[in-house]
Parts: sequence; structure tokens; C-alpha cells
Amino acid sequence: MSDSSETTCEDSYVGPHTSRRGFLLRARNLLNVLLLSAFPLPIVGDLLAPLRRKAFLKWVSLGPASAFPENQTRLAVYKNPFRQPTDGVTADIPCWVRRLTGDSFQVFSDNCSHLGCPVRWFPQSELFMCPCHGGTFHADGSRGSGPPPRGLYVYPFKVESGELWINAGEMPLMTLPRP
Amino acid sequence: MARLRSWLLAIGQWFGLRLRRPEYGNGFRRPRSSISWAYVFGSGAFVLLLVEFVTGVCLALVYSPSAETAWQSLLNLNYQVPFGWYLRALHFWGSNFLIILLIFHLIQVFVLGSYKYPRELTWIIGVLLLLLTLGMALSGEVLRFDQESYWDLVIGFTLAGRAPLIGPFLVHFLMGGPIIAGATLMRMYLMHVLLVPAAIVVLTALHLLLVYRLGISEWPMPGRVVRRETYLTNYRTVLDREGEPLIPNGLRKDMIFAMLTVVALIVTAAIMGPKGPNGPPNPSIIRTRPHPDFFFLWVEALMGLLPSWLDTPFGLVVLPILVVGLIALPLISPVGERAILRRPLSLVVATVMVTVLIVTTWLGTYDPWSQEMDAWSGTPTPVEYLKGRTPLEIQGAILIQAKQCRNCHSLGGAGGMRGPALDTTATRLTRNELIRQILQGGGNMPAYGKALKPAEVAAIVAFLATMHPPNEPPAHNSAQPAIPPATGG
Repeated sequence: MSDSSETTCEDSYVGPHTSRRGFLLRARNLLNVLLLSAFPLPIVGDLLAPLRRKAFLKWVSLGPASAFPENQTRLAVYKNPFRQPTDGVTADIPCWVRRLTGDSFQVFSDNCSHLGCPVRWFPQSELFMCPCHGGTFHADGSRGSGPPPRGLYVYPFKVESGELWINAGEMPLMTLPRP
Repeated sequence: MARLRSWLLAIGQWFGLRLRRPEYGNGFRRPRSSISWAYVFGSGAFVLLLVEFVTGVCLALVYSPSAETAWQSLLNLNYQVPFGWYLRALHFWGSNFLIILLIFHLIQVFVLGSYKYPRELTWIIGVLLLLLTLGMALSGEVLRFDQESYWDLVIGFTLAGRAPLIGPFLVHFLMGGPIIAGATLMRMYLMHVLLVPAAIVVLTALHLLLVYRLGISEWPMPGRVVRRETYLTNYRTVLDREGEPLIPNGLRKDMIFAMLTVVALIVTAAIMGPKGPNGPPNPSIIRTRPHPDFFFLWVEALMGLLPSWLDTPFGLVVLPILVVGLIALPLISPVGERAILRRPLSLVVATVMVTVLIVTTWLGTYDPWSQEMDAWSGTPTPVEYLKGRTPLEIQGAILIQAKQCRNCHSLGGAGGMRGPALDTTATRLTRNELIRQILQGGGNMPAYGKALKPAEVAAIVAFLATMHPPNEPPAHNSAQPAIPPATGG
């Protein structure tokens, strides 16, 4: 006891004989480090939550397939399946629905494949035209002219009991694979 | 280890030299040659920054950063809140003025060579401040949560999404989800009112501290070379011989300029009013034309004018290199001549950059690379092009309207400018070439082969073949002369 009272606090950290006090101090420090490193984890997790690349895709109904006449291309609007209560009108996502014959559809994103501007369908010239940098697309969504590097993004679709469904929810980016 | 320590020591000394206590004797003084109209932009920008902070705080009292209500709260500001419209106008035009003054300030410091030793750090912080201010402009544009800002976000994210590997992750992180929505606005709001302003306050304080500690650079003289060993001593001699106290003489021109700037801002804001908001940020309203605010028009112009395979390399390689080069400029040339005429390379590079910026911004104001989406239905064919035409030719003129040709091609100066004007088409292309161009497209024109019946093509070509001035013959295939030889002449 008399020996340990003479050693200073610092001595107790090092050396072959660790005192009880030294051990407890070390344990406390370890605990502090653990706590301090655990504390920001939820913050980092919250910030990086959007990075978790689960597929943001859900089947959304575009209404009865009969609403789309054959051999025509019509604008359809669906609600973003991942919308939050405060999203307001930003949850109204448009897409172009082209019905060929019967249950054969093509559903295009309205985002130009160049920089994402909203393309507009012109039935007279059978072209999608982009208002930004002069890109055009043919009726089947393939690239017509201008800077777009490829055709329009095509949503996967299915027709179930007379209703047209598309697999949507994510902003179609250039880098996403084209289904 | 010793080497690391010596490096750290050197870095510490580099900063220490620049942030040391000044040795000016009685009060802060500046060289008399620096009291010039060329030196007033920095202080002018500082005054505008204060205006932005004050108006910004006032706007934040009313603005509602929710995707559901942001747009309505802007209308509320415009029409209900007393002087709300004027605060918005001051804030918007103030940001425009601020960016212009910052660019002038940058050019001034570059041309006068003031960024050289010992003021390297001042320049670096200044460029960071310019970038942060551009970030404020961008996020502020998003807070004006209307159609335009929605689509500007789409464009920005689409471009960012092209970054290799990290692209989609980066975009999801910035959007706060899989698609632009309420979370995106919240993130931009946080950047605009908290994170970036905090950084701007800290860096502006550092910038001013450095100006105070290192003094204001004297007017450059050809032949007076900046050397690390002698500059500080020389500068002190200049101060001793012709130093002016900051108050009253040293700040006189700065005060006058700042006052004129604020007066110009007050008048501009009162006359021009606030910008927008235009339509609500509803992506399903597709009748829209995205346009960035003027400080990013040059990006839009380059995106429209560069060949498409150069878009991504420009945005992700060239632009970052230019920005890093701008930041690192004083580390690349810390000493030497300051007078611009003794720095020919700097002069050429600066002139080219400024010219490109001005020209592309100017082009961006009327974007000739865009289609005019309503020209086909809203811009009639000039009457003189229809006088004395055959029914077939008139049918062609009608088809040129109905098939949206006018969206890209102008007639009589009206219509899109994406493609060539059609007024003199017949002098450039023969009938066969016209047919080929219409059916197969090419250049920037889509192929119309599937959208036109042969009879329609014949009518359009018949009309276009009349598109030549009376005194200039139409183009013809020189292998088969189609024009009968002139008689009697």
C-alpha cells in the first residue's frame, strides 16, 4: 500500500505491474472512446441513408389500359410510390405511354437522356422533342438527333386485369441500366 | 519522422508568416498607389454580402422550406407580406450583383498580380469564397421552388449522375431519396441558410484578417519583381514613405463605390422586382423550358454547343481541373513580375477565359441550340413566301408548319434556330439533296422518313425549292445542268 501511494498516476499506466487504479483508468478511457465513436454513428447513418442502394422500384398503376388508344402516345401521371407526406406536387411524376396494339405497350420516362429535361410528344411529326439542347427521339423512344447519347428510358410494364402497371419510383439517370 | 516534423514545421511557418501580427506602427495603412478605382470591388462585394445576410434573414422569417408549401409561401411573400416582394428582389438582384463584383474582384487581383507572395492564402480563400457564393446562388435558385428550379435540379443531378462509380450514390445522397421531392428541398435549404453561410462567415473573416495582417498590395510596376527575400522589407518601405491611413483617405473610393453599388441595387430591385416564382414545381407540367440563372448560363451554353461525347469529360474532368488550377494559381506562380504586360501567358489565358465566359453567357440568354417548342403553331409563315405559289407549294408550306419543322428552322427571322434558316435553303440544296435530308435526317436533324408520306415529302420539297432570293438561282447538280441557258443575254 505504501509502495503504490508513492507511484504517481502516470506511472500506473505503464510498467509491468498495472495497479487497480491504472486498470480502471484505462477501462474508463476505453469506454469513453467506444461511447464517443458510437455517438456519431446514427448521425452518419441518417445522412448516408439515401446511399443504401436498395432498389427504389415499385409497381404503380397507370389506370385502365383501355384509357390508352392503340397506336397513340399519351401522357400519364402517377404518384411517386415512395412519396412522403410533405412532398406536395413534386410527387406527380409524368411518363409517356405508347400503346402499339393490344397489350403491347411502351412506357417512356419524360426525362431526356441528355440532361433530363422534359420531352414533349408531337404526334404530327411522330417525335419527342426536348426543350433544352435540341434533342429528339423517335416514336419508339430511340434517339433521333441532337446531344442525347441514347434513347429514352423505358419503364418495365405489365397489364393485369385490364390495368397498366409500371415499375417506377427512381429518377431515371443516365447511368442506370436500360431495361 | 524527423522529415515529417520538418514538413509540418514548414507548413506551420507558411501559415504563421501570413497570419502574424502586423508591424505597421500607428494603425493600419495602405500604399497610396493602391487607393485606386481598380481596388474597390472587394469592399463593394463585402457590403453586398451584408445586404444578402440581412435580406436573407428577413426572408427566412416567412419562407416555408417544405415541398408542399414553399411555392405558396413565395406567393405570400410577393403579394401579402408588406415589402416582401422588395426583399425578394433585393436578395435576388443582390446575389447577381455580388457574383459580378466577385468576378471583377478576381479579375482585378489576377491582373494586378496581387495574389503573389505573401498573399497566396488570401487568394485561395477568396476563390473558395467565390465557389461558395456560386453554391449559394445554386441552392438559392432551388429555394425559389418553382418549375424552373425543379428542372434545373433534374439537369444538375443528371450531370452529377454521370460521375463514374459514385454518380448514382452521389445523386441519391444529394436528393435525399430516389427522386426529387421534399427531402431534396430540405437539403438545399439547410445548405443555403446554415452550412454554406457559416463557411462564408468564417472564410470572409479569415480573408479580411489576412488583408489586415498582410496589407493591401501596392500598384504593380513593370520590373519591380516579387522576391520572397525582399518583398516584405520593400513593402514596409513603401508604407513608410507613402502609406495612407485607412480613415479617411484610404477608404474614400471604396465608400463611394459601395454606395453607388447599393444605390444601383436599390433601383434595380425596385424596377425589376423579384424573380418568379413561375409555375408550381409539378413535374407533370411538361410545358416548360428549364433555364439556369445567369451565372450558370455558360454551363448551359457549353452543354448545348459541345459535341455530346464531350459533355461528361467537360463537366467531370476539365471543369474540376480549371477550378483546382484557379485555387492553386498562387502556388504555381508565387513570385516574379506582377505587371500584367510582363506576364503574357497569364494575359492570354485570362483573356480567353473571360471571352469564353462572356460569349457563352450571352449565347445562353437566347439559346440558339434549343427548339422553340411553340413555333410550329405560334409563328405563321411569312405571307410573301406564299404569294404566287402553286397549290402544291402552298401545301408544302402548311406541312412545314404542321410537322413542327419551324421548331428548329426559322422563316423570315422567326422560329427555332437549332437548324439552318429555311429562307434560302434552295440556294444550298438541290431537290434530291432536300429529299435525302428530310427522309434520312443527319447533322442535328432527325429522320422524317417514317413520319411523312411520299406525297407530303414532294409538297415540302416543292415549297423549299422556291426558297431562294429572286436574283439568285437555286442550287443544281452541276453534272446535270438543270437551268436552261438564259436567252437574249
